[in-house]
Amino acid sequence: MSYDMNNTMNNAMNNALNRMGSTILRINGPVVKVKGAGNFKMHETVMVGNQGLIGEVIALDDNIATVQVYEVTTGLTPGEPVAGTGKPLSVWLAPGMIGNIFDGIGRPLQAIEEKSGPFIQRGVYAGLDESPKKWVVHIIAKPGDRVRGGTVVAETRETPAITHRIMVPPGIEGAVKEVMPDGEYGVTETLMKISTVSGEIFELKMLQEWPVRKPRPAMQRLAIGEPLITGQRVIDTFFPVGKGGTAAIPGSFGTGKTMTQHQIAKWSDADIIVYIGCGERGNEMTEVLEDFPRLTDPKTGRPLMERTILIANTSNMPVAAREASIYTGITMAEYYRDMGYNIAVMADSTSRWAEALREISGRLEEMPAEEGFPAYLSSRLSEFYERAGKFETLNGSVGSITVIGAVSPQGGDFSEPVTQNTKRFIRCFWGLDRQLAYSRHYPAINWLTSYSEYLDALDGWYAENVDPLFIKYRTELLRILREESKLMEIVKLVGSDILPDEQKLILETGRVIRLGFLQQAAFHPVDTYVSLKKQFYMMDIILYLHNQAYEVIRKGIPMSQLKETGFFDDVIKIKYTVKDDDPEAFARLKEKFRQGLENLK
Amino acid sequence: MSIEYLGIKNINGPLIVVERIKGAAYEDLVEIVVGDGETRLGRIMDISEDAAVIQVFEGTSEISLTNSRIRLLGHPLEIPLSDEILGRTFDGLGRPIDGLGKVYPRVKRDINGEPINPVSRKYPRDYIETGISSIDGLTTLIRGQKLPIFSGSGLPHNELAAQIVRQARLPGEENTRFAIVFAAMGVKYDVAEYFRESFMQGGVLERVVMFINLANDPPVERIATPRCALTAAEYLAFELGMHILVILTDMSAYCEALREISSSKGEIPGRKGFPGYMYSDLASIYERAGMIRGKEGSITQIPILSIPNDDITHPIPDLTGYITEGQIVLGRELYQKGIYPPVMILPSLSRLMKDSIGEGFTREDHGPCATQLFSSYARVNEVRALASVIGEDELSRTDKLYLEFGKQFEERFISQAQDERRSMEETLDLGWKLLSILPREELDRVDTAILDKYYGR
Repeated sequence: MSYDMNNTMNNAMNNALNRMGSTILRINGPVVKVKGAGNFKMHETVMVGNQGLIGEVIALDDNIATVQVYEVTTGLTPGEPVAGTGKPLSVWLAPGMIGNIFDGIGRPLQAIEEKSGPFIQRGVYAGLDESPKKWVVHIIAKPGDRVRGGTVVAETRETPAITHRIMVPPGIEGAVKEVMPDGEYGVTETLMKISTVSGEIFELKMLQEWPVRKPRPAMQRLAIGEPLITGQRVIDTFFPVGKGGTAAIPGSFGTGKTMTQHQIAKWSDADIIVYIGCGERGNEMTEVLEDFPRLTDPKTGRPLMERTILIANTSNMPVAAREASIYTGITMAEYYRDMGYNIAVMADSTSRWAEALREISGRLEEMPAEEGFPAYLSSRLSEFYERAGKFETLNGSVGSITVIGAVSPQGGDFSEPVTQNTKRFIRCFWGLDRQLAYSRHYPAINWLTSYSEYLDALDGWYAENVDPLFIKYRTELLRILREESKLMEIVKLVGSDILPDEQKLILETGRVIRLGFLQQAAFHPVDTYVSLKKQFYMMDIILYLHNQAYEVIRKGIPMSQLKETGFFDDVIKIKYTVKDDDPEAFARLKEKFRQGLENLK
Repeated sequence: MSIEYLGIKNINGPLIVVERIKGAAYEDLVEIVVGDGETRLGRIMDISEDAAVIQVFEGTSEISLTNSRIRLLGHPLEIPLSDEILGRTFDGLGRPIDGLGKVYPRVKRDINGEPINPVSRKYPRDYIETGISSIDGLTTLIRGQKLPIFSGSGLPHNELAAQIVRQARLPGEENTRFAIVFAAMGVKYDVAEYFRESFMQGGVLERVVMFINLANDPPVERIATPRCALTAAEYLAFELGMHILVILTDMSAYCEALREISSSKGEIPGRKGFPGYMYSDLASIYERAGMIRGKEGSITQIPILSIPNDDITHPIPDLTGYITEGQIVLGRELYQKGIYPPVMILPSLSRLMKDSIGEGFTREDHGPCATQLFSSYARVNEVRALASVIGEDELSRTDKLYLEFGKQFEERFISQAQDERRSMEETLDLGWKLLSILPREELDRVDTAILDKYYGR
């Protein structure tokens, strides 16, 4: 705003200062200034205007509060009242979250649809507290039991695959005074009374509340030692992420960030998936909503929706709620972690969240740092990623949260601030490559720029659970790929004909690895998910063929003759032709190769 | 409303500041009566208890601090709607300019619209046959999709859009419930006229609603133009159950208007001076495409962008690509070779085609055929790069075949006449015919069963 205009607006605000009551002073997009706000606290939730739009206090100056509003502010008038709620922005936690879809501040979108139709109207309240559903609850605690925050005191079957453990909220400690019998209860009905150490009676219900910006407490962090198995070869074999780890998927548009996230959400072996659609396309959320109830979880055989929570703030929904959405999602994940589950949180995309920060920051006229992003971008990112981890919970169980964040760098340039700051807080980097995507090499994860820092922590697990040679084979494949890429530089200049046959073999094996192993067809029934065993056998046969072929070449047989055997193409087709866990098929192929190459010699 | 305010505190570019306004709401519409009685429209874009910043759609020239009166209308910018809007032409703010008088409104709608609840959306699965091989075969357009054309100055994006409009067909369904909403933002008169001609030739003029903001119309008005058009589209699609194709041209002019207003407001600029909220702003336009469960109609968007300096990483195409469901990219090099439409297939993409092609939709081999064409054509580019270094003669036999494939693919598959319509069958058969130039073992993206059936056919 120009100096004059700003001055006018500021004068107007100062004139208004002396009057009483909390009322709207100024409206500028999602940012609203409120006067008479002496009693408001930082990060308190407030109800703005006659329609009661939900907002959050983000700055306090003298008697003026700055509020970011989570709904569209069109039609608000200065002078309308603003009411405080005394509480920070919180979400309801209760059975009924799994299989549900929420907006950025945790309102169930299905309930909003019932109230306002296919278009989202403003000022509509919806919450889990209104859910009429009755749950069959089994009470575990008995009168006289000592309980404290985290203790599991009852349980209910939320979906056939997930038992919802009802816990004493953190901060409550005491003895169970009386319990209700097993039976059907709504989420707001009292299940038991607890005499707390401070001498009060606490009525425990299924419905609990937690402020989204505050991490839920746990006993201690544990070391990561088990991979999140995704069934995607390039991830599981080359760049695995541990359960409780953090990973980032940066890539410009069209490189398949969302596809990769969807594949992980579908096939990874986490108990629960929290999928945060943050500032992305509406149709993508709809796709998940339509697909997941029909797809089955390979682990439990149940529909995938029965282990999935969706948070949707599509790109045309209010920008302030976008900022809140990732906290809403991770708070829900922490709640299930406290029950001892392994959760995978997909944040698609963290760049939209960072841009929401930037937009609000700009409206607050804060001093910008790099590319207009606020200076606190990196601390906010680190706060978020640090909520991932493997934990011993307050009740002694072990749970984990794996965070996988998509990053949408402007212009596909990985040196921009969101990618760079994210890289500091994640330990697994799946860099998507535009050139690979252009030639329809999916997943377009570039094997030369990507990395995983979890390999050391995980190699013991692979040796024990898959094969002692697993990591050795992986390293060998990567070595061939590196060599191939070096040779490709030469080929680009002089063509491949003049290379010696040993190097031609490297090129051929590199091609086999790229097409037959790294490329994976998400829509092919056999190839969409691959077990670790098959991944191992595939590596085994690729290396077998490579080493045998090397021997043959050493005997002076030219590469062109080797190619005519069609063996390399056989290996490429394995991903489609051989089903999971069919070691005999691999043995047969090996035998065929052995004989065929023997004949050549 | 009868209260009028006199006196303006400050004028800066398209913005004016008025003090002591009472009872006005954020985003409300105001009328500004300039000296001699000319009435302009404005929108409140920042308001405090005692002052309001108003964006004047028609611009602020000739407004002085004292010669104008401000009248509050008490509602945001609305347009009147009924089925009579079909065949009509409006200005960028939704006022009729075809001399046929006012539209008798059945309803009035706020042009800002409301976001579709993701729960209420229906995932788009029906493809639209455009008769253009590069689109039908490789970047299939789906009903309810937003698929922009990334182009540059001097490239035939208008011709391509017009051809899509003339030829678009929903397979197996009659086209009676099909209509077009056309929004022009900052385009030249002859471009608008070209589209009108082309609609007339296609015999669809009475099914077109046009919103025209020409290059010499006030830039600020452009902010409202796509919103007016989409509000009309939503009414036709979701209340009258029609299938609407929305053409938005040129989104680059829209973004520049957005930047102009942002800078006169003194906002902190993001990349290349565009405001930090441009992503959210563009999303509020593009996301209005789609389908809704339980409703008949659909909105398909084809926004056209002329990319400054052919730089695809420029913020306008960049942010657009992150919101839209793919993109059709036109290339200057292809066009210079005389190929129309010059669709650069490698960076082009349709995100929704994966669920809407193949058996039961188009043909079982559509997916593999498209993937193989992409992959083989990517290889062609590598071979061409190599050939430019070592010369064509030095290439291996296979590489020479790739060169031949690339040439024929561009000349026979991508290229077609402006009035040529190829059926989906023809497009796919042509694809296989060209792939059969290559040795069979080079087709590594295709299942053996499909190859047996289609290779060399």
